[in-house]
Amino acid sequence: MWARNLLFVTVCLAGLAALGGLLSPVHKPPAARRVAEAPTAADLQAAVSRLNASFAPHAGPTSRAANLTIARRLSLALTGTIPSLAEIREFEAQPPDAAIDWWLAELLADRRSSDYLAERLARAFVGTQDGPFIVYRRRRFVSWLADQLHTNRPYDEIVAELIASDGLWTSKPATNFITVTIQPDAGKGPDANQLAARTSRAFLGVRLDCAECHDHPFSKWKQSDFQSLAGFFGQAANSLRGIRDADRPAEIDDPLSGEPKRITADVPFAADALPIDGTPRVRLAQWVTDARNKAFARAAVNRVWAQLFGRPLIEPIDDIPLADESGTDGTPEALAILADDFATHCYDLRRLISIIALSEPFAAESRVAGDDAAAADTLATTWNVFPLTRLRPEQVVGSLLQACSLATLDYQSHIVVRFFRAVGQAEFVKRYGDSGEEEFSPQGGTIPQRLLLMNGELVKDRTKENLVANAATQIGALASTDEKAVEIAYLACLTRRPTSAEMQHFVAKLAGTRGDDRRQQMEDLYWALVNSTEFSWNH
Amino acid sequence: MEPLAELVQAHAELNQPLVQQSLSRRRLLGASALTGVGWLTPVAEVLARRAERVRREHAQSVILLWLAGGPSQLETFDPHPGAAISAGTTAIDTCLSGVQLATGFDRLAEEMADVSLVRSLVSKEGDHERGTYLVKTGYRPDPTLVHPSIGAICCHQLPVGPVEIPRHVSILPGQWPARGGYLGNQFDAFKTLDPAKRVPDVASQVPAERQTVRLSDRAVVDAAFLPGRRRAVEATMHGAMIEQALAMMGSAQLRAFETSDEPAAVCAAYGDTPFGRGCLAARRLIEQGVRCVEVTLAGWDSHTKNHETHERLIKILDPAFAALIADLRERDLLRHTVVLCGGEFGRTPRVNPLEGRDHWPHGFSMAMAGGGVRGGQVIGETDPEGGKKVADPRSVADVHATVLTALGIDPAHEEMTPVGRPMKFSEGAAIAELLDMSI
Repeated sequence: MWARNLLFVTVCLAGLAALGGLLSPVHKPPAARRVAEAPTAADLQAAVSRLNASFAPHAGPTSRAANLTIARRLSLALTGTIPSLAEIREFEAQPPDAAIDWWLAELLADRRSSDYLAERLARAFVGTQDGPFIVYRRRRFVSWLADQLHTNRPYDEIVAELIASDGLWTSKPATNFITVTIQPDAGKGPDANQLAARTSRAFLGVRLDCAECHDHPFSKWKQSDFQSLAGFFGQAANSLRGIRDADRPAEIDDPLSGEPKRITADVPFAADALPIDGTPRVRLAQWVTDARNKAFARAAVNRVWAQLFGRPLIEPIDDIPLADESGTDGTPEALAILADDFATHCYDLRRLISIIALSEPFAAESRVAGDDAAAADTLATTWNVFPLTRLRPEQVVGSLLQACSLATLDYQSHIVVRFFRAVGQAEFVKRYGDSGEEEFSPQGGTIPQRLLLMNGELVKDRTKENLVANAATQIGALASTDEKAVEIAYLACLTRRPTSAEMQHFVAKLAGTRGDDRRQQMEDLYWALVNSTEFSWNH
Repeated sequence: MEPLAELVQAHAELNQPLVQQSLSRRRLLGASALTGVGWLTPVAEVLARRAERVRREHAQSVILLWLAGGPSQLETFDPHPGAAISAGTTAIDTCLSGVQLATGFDRLAEEMADVSLVRSLVSKEGDHERGTYLVKTGYRPDPTLVHPSIGAICCHQLPVGPVEIPRHVSILPGQWPARGGYLGNQFDAFKTLDPAKRVPDVASQVPAERQTVRLSDRAVVDAAFLPGRRRAVEATMHGAMIEQALAMMGSAQLRAFETSDEPAAVCAAYGDTPFGRGCLAARRLIEQGVRCVEVTLAGWDSHTKNHETHERLIKILDPAFAALIADLRERDLLRHTVVLCGGEFGRTPRVNPLEGRDHWPHGFSMAMAGGGVRGGQVIGETDPEGGKKVADPRSVADVHATVLTALGIDPAHEEMTPVGRPMKFSEGAAIAELLDMSI
């Protein structure tokens, strides 16, 4: 009996501990082999100027967006949510010409950014599927990746670990990159073809897998290129001790017959960067991340660019022409400039993010003078207008929850707040519809999304009368004037102040209201802001 | 245009900068027509009606009864009574001579003149998620793109008609409801629960008068955002989506999601279960012009106590499936509606020590009826000894090609994906024995 009680208590405690672990990721800094030197302000500014110069020849009649707009873009890109009112107040307390630098530094040091970036990168590395039961732990993988990003570990080291790690998916989370392709039900180990496709797309921005089944009619890749690359994963096997390279010749599944086929591993380009010695995956990892393999830095740059702008520099994100020594590869100069800087600075992701975030295109207005449609198209192609991009489901829900709370929702938030946020968020994203791995496809919204924001429970719950939890009620009750109330609601939801027309419209509605009437007016104001185009689109 | 020339041109188009593509007026109009803004104008409605008439000889809708978890072929559509692999499962005769169903399908047995069985489906996907993807899209999962499910293709290809509610619906969605894939998320299935409950998110939170005020407030905020961004804002279609959402909220067609006003006898025939109500709602939705409804009955993953699990679920499935066929036929809807019933794979012929059957993609069944699919046919045979050898094997893609052909959609039609790769709707070959194009 005692033993059973003890067991019960142990199980309960373990459950609680697991829940606690879920909500507060362990900060365990890995031992980085090398550390990027923090850039000095002057050095960073020089890099930004080089980047800006590459856009200069196309410069059109556009202007710089307001500081608050840029702050909103930065928050959405790095943390997946909009700035809180508390953050806006702090931001506005900075000297205007130093505010963006300050906010960028704050965000880069924020654990929320590491978590969000890790999730976004994970989509490219392992996809969004739950993957095989037991041998694949997506959550473990993402939190490991977030740890790496949080210590600003060089990107080449992270990628090399993904490709070359041996061990168990639990104690060695990087191996989940390999184990996600296992099909236990079909009795199959790691899938070399899938791994080669991921490697070429996610790390090199090359669509070698278009040649998986036959030579591709419109690109230079041959089926043999793809299969040779897959050969590096052809010995990877799963065992009780986890992933390792088996002591047998490399084999891949022939995509047409499905039969195993022996293959000699080789790389499709930059062959001089392939080391002669080492196990197959170690050699591949070294080749992928070698400075002579320019595709690596270019792919990273394009992905980080897309993370910030919601749209990659080169479309599609994983189909970048290989670097050409003559410089006539048709890619924007910005790509080469950023890739060179990234490679020569220890593949420092924070530095790369900073350069792009401080550049002129990132600060450009999303408006064009006179609403000239033709000009809008031209300026958009040259990055002189900031593109309107649809917020991702988790950005919408993150923004919604943040807008409805005046304090910042982050790792300092009360555990209960965070718990309900996580639950509400998951349910909302499920109904809103995750766009899956198609991260940057230019799609419009859907009817169920509009229904969810107009009529959904979450919006109702977070805007209805609730003085303890809901910003709408708090603002209505506590703002000193009607003007202040409208202004604060706009700042909290849209990160800007109302125009005079907007101010006039909403102040007239609030004027003279009290009690329930006033709370209702505030609720309606919040509803209108949350359902505006502006709320659901980055701009 | 020659396919190759088309490909070359499509590739050339893709080399244009993305912004131009995404903002082009043609594309915008195309998108608006596809997502249903078309019906807002009378001309479009007339055109849609005409298109509807022209294609009357083909099927117009699909209902997928999705048996999530992977039902056992041996306890459903492909019994082998007396064989060792039956593990005691018996069979009953049907109205078709020589065709038996597993015990429990008494009602369906009477409808078999309209139903055909493919007993020889083979696939390589033995994982739930991957198998579901394969059976719903006709393609194996591909890390580089998401294929559209058959309902999304239907909505993409067939005329809109006077429909104010979503044309692609998933009732009781499981873990992986049908998606629009590369056709766009506007073709994702609209997810809704047991028809006994209200459709989620379609009722305004506030009375009509206040809702009107809210909408005019919203317009004030959007008006401030528009200047200088007109082009980009139009491309978002945010306003259009709100208009459509409002039209849906006010539409009488929403009643089709509910079954409470059906006669008690009809409800009883389908069975007093969420799945039974789902099938009844599917019929009501099809009547309104909805293109594809999937209704999920989950729980078939019988790794333990296989026979008990199946017995319980078949009591739900049999009346609902049979009543759906009969009801559609009586309303003259069966001619225009393809009904499919199946799951992501079959189950092992050998029973495991926990009296369960495990995953088996090497020979499983699917039932098809209506929409010009010839009834009373049986395609293929599985090995009574439980081997992997299957007579007349068919791929899941073949089923897709069959359904698409029945719908008048060319399975070999190549659609350009957003990443610039031309994709056929299906790479399968239509099963000729099942297609009777004489109607």
